[in-house]
This record gives sequence, structure tokens and C-alpha cells, in this order.
Amino acid sequence: MAEPDASLDATRRPFTGRRVRFGDLALQTVAGAAALAASVLVCLIAYTIVRDSRAAWSDSGLGFVTRVSWDPVKHVYGAGSFLFGTALTSLLALALATPLAIGIALFLTELAPRWVRAPVTALVETLAAIPSVVIGLWGILVLGPVLRDRVEPALHSGLGFIPLFGRPASTGSSIFTAVVVLTIMILPIVASISRELFLGVPRDLKEGALALGTTRWEMVRGVVFPYARGGIAAAMILGLGRAIGEAIAVTQVIGSTVGIHWNLFSTGDTLAGKIAASYQGAEDKAQVASLVYLALILLVFSLVMSVAAQWIVRRVARRQGLAVGPGGVA
Amino acid sequence: MSTHSLTKAALRAEGLPRRRAVNRLMELLAWLAAGIAVAILGVVVWSVARRGAGALNLDLITKVPVPFNFGNTPSGLANAFAGSLVIVGLATLMALPIGILVAVYINEFARPAIRTAVGLALDVLNGVPAIVIGIFVFGLFVVGHGQSGYAGAFALACLMLPLVARSTIEVLALVPNALREASLALGVPRWRTTLSIVLPQTLGGIVTGTVLAVARVAGETAPILFTSSVGVGTLVHWDPHHALQTVPVAIFELSESADPADHAQAWAAALVLLLFILVVNLVARTLAARSRSRIGAAR
Repeated sequence: MAEPDASLDATRRPFTGRRVRFGDLALQTVAGAAALAASVLVCLIAYTIVRDSRAAWSDSGLGFVTRVSWDPVKHVYGAGSFLFGTALTSLLALALATPLAIGIALFLTELAPRWVRAPVTALVETLAAIPSVVIGLWGILVLGPVLRDRVEPALHSGLGFIPLFGRPASTGSSIFTAVVVLTIMILPIVASISRELFLGVPRDLKEGALALGTTRWEMVRGVVFPYARGGIAAAMILGLGRAIGEAIAVTQVIGSTVGIHWNLFSTGDTLAGKIAASYQGAEDKAQVASLVYLALILLVFSLVMSVAAQWIVRRVARRQGLAVGPGGVA
Repeated sequence: MSTHSLTKAALRAEGLPRRRAVNRLMELLAWLAAGIAVAILGVVVWSVARRGAGALNLDLITKVPVPFNFGNTPSGLANAFAGSLVIVGLATLMALPIGILVAVYINEFARPAIRTAVGLALDVLNGVPAIVIGIFVFGLFVVGHGQSGYAGAFALACLMLPLVARSTIEVLALVPNALREASLALGVPRWRTTLSIVLPQTLGGIVTGTVLAVARVAGETAPILFTSSVGVGTLVHWDPHHALQTVPVAIFELSESADPADHAQAWAAALVLLLFILVVNLVARTLAARSRSRIGAAR
């Protein structure tokens, strides 16, 4: 007699009897309810954020996204300035962090002596464990002044013809400080994922390339990078998501000003930073709804990036599974 | 092979010094990248340790803040440490059972399609920025009821849930099927097999996963800002019906201050927080490596 549920994983539950036991049913129901609750929580987050931003939505619709203004006196709110700041800081941080992270991952998988690998891997992961408020404290009191007094004037006088390297602000708060802080925060994420990807490259492919007379770098470029390309893209998306969503450290160092300009050495703000900075002052309804609207934009970003990263990982796993043959890659 | 192509091959071999130089350069850059990462960690930890150690004393955890402190009355952040204890403890109580049950369902009961769907929900939840969780809980509980320790704990629980569930799923997957089969073959019902055979095997893994999640959320500021930060006062409270001060929020507020004395206190609190997180991470990772090799050896 066929089981009513043939799709059940047979290896996981051998001897599935037809007699329904009360205990089984109870555990399955309770655990299922928990799983349902976790899924409902995601929907509840989306629902609550959409509901609470409706006032700002009905007021200005999609125009809110591009409007460059945040004026509590005239009640004119828009996300344009923060959207620009988020894009500028997170993309620059990603551009700085990715090559560094890939270098670290290559070091840890190909170059480092065996006894160095475990401790350095642990150190890189420790960097990810430092709370953002501590990084922000360090950013505002140590890093900011150093960048303002040393790095920014040097870059300004040397490369000042590029609009990015304008006149440094006097306070030490700047978009550039935020970029450096974000780079530090996403570096360990991208590095540890890349490291795992590089570890997964089949040994025979790498040794085959070396046996053909390639140098180690040529082997990395010809074998490791193509093999890990999709995974690195997913790691970059995860890093970008972290940079976009980081609120505390950014709001501590960026200076919280509204406006669009390309000068990295001046102050600015991001979506997440603006929300965090307004935690005490948001009293009137329009402003609260506008803040929730900013959160809605962040939520949409994070949803898109979670799904995109998952999609890439699945696609890569399937393709590599096919390339190696059935049962080749778990 | 013609002479022509042989010459070409020879010419290509001529490029060997250049190829070696490129290789050397790239190796050097990779070493440099690793060096930079370790140096950043060193500089941050050293900055916090050097500045924090000077202001670190027992007053930090036994005395409460003194506003407008002109007379140099001993002050500390006892209220923040108490609040963090309450809020993180409550968050763990909320997230731990649900997280374990979700993992049990995914690993022991769910069919593949549901497993994928719930797994995706966990990934999405893990990807939601902490500040958005804060705004969500603000809209759900705080509007109308005011801020409270419960609201802060619920926000942290939302962050902990995917972490606990993920780490539990990982260790559950390590438990050999032979163990489940042996138990079922002896006539033990599935629910007892799961609760008294499979889960005890994973206890070490669940504990390390939970402890790591606690260390992670104990340092979170963003979800607390909108749920338990306004009107916290300066006295030690243990009742989560009120908004409670927490260590990360205290550091955040002190860092925004212009007073150097406040900065000193922020560094000291940051040092305590950082020490806690680093020690927990170190211990948990060591234990995780050990328990993983033990479950693996049982295979």
C-alpha cells in the first residue's frame, strides 16, 4: 500500500507507521506552529511597515523617494538625499572591501602557512563580532580626527581635481569616515564567505592547472575565480546589504546633513543613519510616517538582496552539480 | 608541430620572468590584505582597551549615572548593565524555544518544499536591517503603549531567531541517521526519538549557537533605539514594563556628547562590552569545534 505522502524524505523517517501517535502529532504541530510563526513574522514586518508609512505614501507617493528635503518645520519630507548617501557610501565601501576580502580569502586558502590559517581566520571573524556602536565610537573619536587631519587634506591637495575629494569638513564627521567604517564592517563578511568558496574549489582542478605550468596567480585567475564567481557575487550582495542597513555606526560618523553633493570629505546622511538619528525627535505624525517610509525603502532593498543572493547560490550550486556530474557536489 | 609554432611557444616561455613577477606581486597583495584586516582589528581593540582601561573601575557597574556631575560624584552605568541583562535575557527566552522548534520542524518533519520556504523566510528575516526591526516593533507595540523592556526584548528576539534556528539546523543535520533509525527500530515513537535521542546529541551545538547569538544581540543598538531608550531615567530598574537603559544605547548617547568625561565612560563601557563579546566568541568557537568533531566521530 502506498504511503499517502510519497514526497516525504524516506531516509529521514524510516518505519513510518500508519498508526498516528498522539505524541508525534503534538510535536509536529507545535514545531510546525513555530515554523509558521517565523514565516508570519516576516509578513508581519512587511505589513506593519507598509501600514505605518501609508500617511507619507498617500501624501507624496513615489515622489517621496526622489525628493531632496527633510524639513520638519515646513513638513516637507523626502528620501532623495538619504538614498544618494546610502548608494554612495555602500557602493564605495563595497568597492574598497571586495578586493581586500578576496585578497584575505586567497591568503587564507592558498598562501598562508598551515599554522597561520586558523588563527587569522578566527581574527577576521572576530572583526565581524565587534558591535557597530563600538566601531562607531572608535570612528567618531579616533578614526574621524585622523582622517580629517592627515588623510583628507593629503587626498584633497593631491587629487582635489576629482569632485569626490573636495574640501574637508572641520568637524571630522564626513561621508568618507562612514565609507571607511562600513568597509571595516563588511570586510569580514565578504572575506569569510569568499574563503569558504575558495575552499570548495576541487583540488584536482587546481593541481591540474599547476601541472600545466601556470603560476599560482594564473591558477587562481583561471580556476579559482571562474569557479567561485557566482558565490563571490552573492557574498558581495550580502556585504552590500549589510552596508545599506547599517544605522548606528554611520549616524555616529557621517554628520547628519541633508543635500546631494559629491564631496566625500563633507557631511551627509544615509537612509538607515537618518532613522537612527531621529529616534528622540520624531513627534508629529507626518515625520514618523516619513521615517517609516525610509524603513520601507530599506526593507525593499533587503528583501531584493536576500532573494537575489539566494537565487545566485541556488543557480551556482545547480550548475556546478551538473558540471561535476550527478552526486558530485552536495 | 611546425617550427613556427615552436618558436611561438619558446617566445611565450620567454614571458616567464614577467609571469613570475606578476605572481609575486599578487601574492604580496594578498599578504598585505590579510595584514590590513588583522591590523584593523588590532587598532580597534587597542584603542578601546587603552582608552577604556583608564576609566574602568567598579563604579561603572555599581553606581548609577549622575546628570550634571560637577562635584565628581562617583558615577557609572549600573542601570544600563541591569537593563541589558533583563532585555537580552527576555529576548533569549523568546527566541530560543521558537528557534529550536523551527529547526526541529525543518530538519525532522517538513517536506522539501516547506523546508525551502521556511529556510527562505529565515534568510529574509536575517537580512532585514536591525534598524528596520526597530521601526517594526515601534509600530507594532510602542505606538499606543509606549516604550518598554518587553518591546526591546521582542526586537532583539527577532534578530536572534534566525541565528538560533540556523545553528540548530546545522547541528541537527550532523546527527547520523543511523541513530534515528536505531531508536525507531526499537519501537520508540518519533517524538520521543526527536526529543530524547536526537536533540540531546545536539545540545552542545545549540548552546554554542545560542551563546553566539546572545553575544551578537547584546551589542545591538539600532533595534533598542525605538523600543527601549526614551525616558529610561538614571535609576536601576528590573521591571521590563518600563523602558530600560542598555549598554549599547548608553555608549551611543555618551559618544554623541561633547563632554570628555562622557567619552571616557563610553570607552570603559565599550571595553566591557567588547571583552564580553570577544571572550564569548572565543569560548563558543572552541567548544563548537570540539562538539562538531565529537558528533562527526560518532558517525
